[in-house]
Amino acid sequence: MSTEAHEDRISSVSKKFGITPEDYMLPARHMINLLNVDGSLREESDQGTEPGHEYPLPSPAELMDAYSALAVGRRVNDQNSALVRQGRMAVYPSSHGQEACQVAAALCLEEGDWLFPTYRDTVAVLTKGVAPMEVMTSFRGEWHCGYDPKAYNCAPMSTPLTTQLLHGVGVAHAAKLRGENTVVVAMCGDGATSEGDFHEALNFAAVFKLPVIFFVQNNKYAISVPLSQQSAAPSLAHKAVGYGMAGERVDGNDLMALMAVMRRAVRLAREGNGPLLIEAHTYRMQAHTNADDDKRYREDSEVQEWIAKDPVTRMHAYLDDAGLLTEEAQAKITERAEAIAKKLRDGMNQDANTPPSELFEHVFASKTTQLAEQQALLADELAREEA
Amino acid sequence: MTATTSHVNPNVSDATARAAAKAATQNQPVTFGKALNTALADALVANDSTVIFGEDVGTLGGVFRITDGLTARFGSERCFDTPLAESGIVGMAIGMAMNGMRPVIEMQFDAFAYPAFEQIASHVAKMHNRTRGKVDLPMVIRIPYAGGVGGVEHHCDSSEAYYAHTPGLKVFTPATVKDAYLMLREAIDSPDPVIFFEPKKLYWSKEQVDLQALASDYEAKRAATTEGTARIARAGSDATLITYGPSVSTAMEAAKLAAEEGISLEVIDIRTIVPFDDETVCASVRKTGRAIVVAEAQGFVSVASEIVARVQERCFHSLAAPVLRVTGFDIPYPAPTLEKYNLPSAERILDAVDQLQWEA
Repeated sequence: MSTEAHEDRISSVSKKFGITPEDYMLPARHMINLLNVDGSLREESDQGTEPGHEYPLPSPAELMDAYSALAVGRRVNDQNSALVRQGRMAVYPSSHGQEACQVAAALCLEEGDWLFPTYRDTVAVLTKGVAPMEVMTSFRGEWHCGYDPKAYNCAPMSTPLTTQLLHGVGVAHAAKLRGENTVVVAMCGDGATSEGDFHEALNFAAVFKLPVIFFVQNNKYAISVPLSQQSAAPSLAHKAVGYGMAGERVDGNDLMALMAVMRRAVRLAREGNGPLLIEAHTYRMQAHTNADDDKRYREDSEVQEWIAKDPVTRMHAYLDDAGLLTEEAQAKITERAEAIAKKLRDGMNQDANTPPSELFEHVFASKTTQLAEQQALLADELAREEA
Repeated sequence: MTATTSHVNPNVSDATARAAAKAATQNQPVTFGKALNTALADALVANDSTVIFGEDVGTLGGVFRITDGLTARFGSERCFDTPLAESGIVGMAIGMAMNGMRPVIEMQFDAFAYPAFEQIASHVAKMHNRTRGKVDLPMVIRIPYAGGVGGVEHHCDSSEAYYAHTPGLKVFTPATVKDAYLMLREAIDSPDPVIFFEPKKLYWSKEQVDLQALASDYEAKRAATTEGTARIARAGSDATLITYGPSVSTAMEAAKLAAEEGISLEVIDIRTIVPFDDETVCASVRKTGRAIVVAEAQGFVSVASEIVARVQERCFHSLAAPVLRVTGFDIPYPAPTLEKYNLPSAERILDAVDQLQWEA
C-alpha cells in the first residue's frame, strides 16, 4: 500500500522534471557549485546542474541577507574560540570554515519550520534566531540547553550523534498527522552517517513520506578519522537512493550554491515529495574542539589548501564585484557582528549563577518524594557551609 | 468475546436488551490483555493527540494482540505499523511528543527494546531536564517482560532495573486486571515519560472487572491514583512480602500456603517502581518486623536490592531479622524447560520465610 504510493510520488515528481526516477533520486554527476573560489560566477555549463537538477541563482536581496549572517557567524566562531582560550567558556566546537552551511541550513526555513542541530551548529542556531548567550549556555558548563526549543522551533544541540535526526522525523510526522505543512532540517556530520540512527531516521522519513531535509556537512573528519574510513559509498548523497529519496551534493563553502540547493529541497519537501538528503562538501578548519590536537592526524598543507576556498572571502568577493556590497552595507554588517561578539564577551564575564537546588526541579514534571528529600539534604549542606 | 445479546429475547424492549447486555458485560471475566486493549482504545477516544505505533501493532494487533482492533476502529493515522527498528520507533516518538502528540509505543519483547536504549537513556529521560522544563515528553513505552510463558532466548528478560536506574523515567508494572487498565490510562495521561512493563504471563489471566465502570471512575477522577502508591494485596501481621509485576501472584500463593501453617504474611504490590512508595512499604515492615523482597529479575544490583537497602535504612530498629531477597539467579534467562528452576516459587519464598529468625 505505502510502497505503491511512494513509487507514485517519486515517479510523478521525476516525470515533472522530465527525468527517470533513478535520475531524480541519484545526485547530479557533479556537485552543485555556482561560485569559483575567487568569487566569480561559474559558467552555466560548469555549475554541476543538469536536467531535473536545476538551480536558478538566488536573488541579490537573499544573498545579502545570507552574507550578513555569514559574516556574523564567522565573528561569533572566532569570538567563542577566543573566550575558550581565555578560560571564560568551557569548550567550543568551532564551525570555522563551515559557516556557509550553517547559515543556509537556517535561512532556507520559513516560520513554523524546525531545525535539529548538532553541537557544532551554533551558528545555524544563532541564525535561526536564538539569542547569542542562550545558544552558548551549554558550552559554558551549564546543565541545560539554554533556550526554549518550542519558542524558536529549534531543538537542543544534540551531542549523541544522529539521535536528533529521529526527533526531527517525529516533529515532521506529528505535523503531517495534524495537516500542518512544517518542514524540518535535520543536521549531522560525515562521521555521523555511520551511526545506526542515521539509517533509521532516513528510512522512517522515507517510509512515512515526511518533509525532512537531512543536511550532512561533510567536513572530512570525525574528530581524527577521515571520511575514507567511515564510508565506501560513491558519496554520502548517493545513500539517498537506497531509501527512496533524492540526494544532492553541493559545495559547502559556496553560500550561493547552498542557498539555491537548500531552498529547492525545502520547496520539494513542502510540496509533499518526501525527504531529501543533501551533502555539503566543506572542511573543519580548526581542531574538533579546544581539547583536540589536529596536528596528530592531518597535514598543515591540507588545511592551507582550504583557506583559499574560504566561504566568507568568496561571498564577499562576489558581492563586492557585483556592486551589491557597498561600504555602508559592509559597515552595518560589521557593526552587527561586533555587537553580538560584545554580548558574548559581556555575558561570559558573568557567572552563570544557577541555584544548585534547581538540579532537582526538572527531572520530572513534579518532584518525587525521593528527589524532594535529596534536594533538602543538599540545601542543608549548603546552609551549613554558609554558617 | 461472545456476543452478549445472544440470549436476549428479540421481543423485549431495547432498553431491557441494553441492560441485559450491560449485565452480561459486567459478569464477563476480563483478561489482563483486554484491560490493556480497552485502556488504549479509551485513551484514543479521550485525546485526539494519542497515537499508537510499533512493530505489528496495526493490522495484526500486536504479537500479544494488545492493540487488537485499534487500527480498524480508529484508522491507520492513530494506530500504525513502523519499520522494524526500535531506536527509530522511540526516536520518532520523542519528536512527536515534542510536537504535541502523546505517543504510546510498543517494544515487541523486553530484550528487543535494547536497540532503543540510547534514545531512552540520553533523550527520553533527559529532555525535560535538558530544556529546563520547557519540553515535556508525554510518551509511554510499553514493554512485555519477564518469563513464565515458555519463551525462548531474548523473549523473557526482566529489564526493569536498567530503566529504574535512569533518572527521568517513570517505571510502572501492573499485577492485576484492574491495575492494568488504570495504570495504563495514568501512564498515557502523565506529563512524564513512562516505561510500562507488562508481565507477559498475566496477559491471559482473568478477573471479574467492569471495565466500563472503571473507565467512568477514571475519567471522573473517582479512581484512586496508582502512581507512587503501593497496594496492599493481602493484609498480614507476621512478615511482609514486597513484590511487583509477575511475582505478585507467586507471593500471594506463598501467603496462602503460609496461612495454612498459621503464619500471616502481608503482600505489598509496589505497582510503580518509579516513583517509589517508601511510606506504604515501611509502614508494613515496621508493623510486621520482617520482610522479604520477591522479584523475578536477577538479584545482583537489582530493584530488589534497592528495596532491601531502602527498608533497612528506614526500618532498622523495627526489624527482627535481616531483610531477605528471593529473586531470579544471576544467570542469562534459561531455556523454557529449565525456567522453573530460576523463577521464584512459592516454596522458595516459604523457605526464606523460615529463615526470618522466628526463634529470636
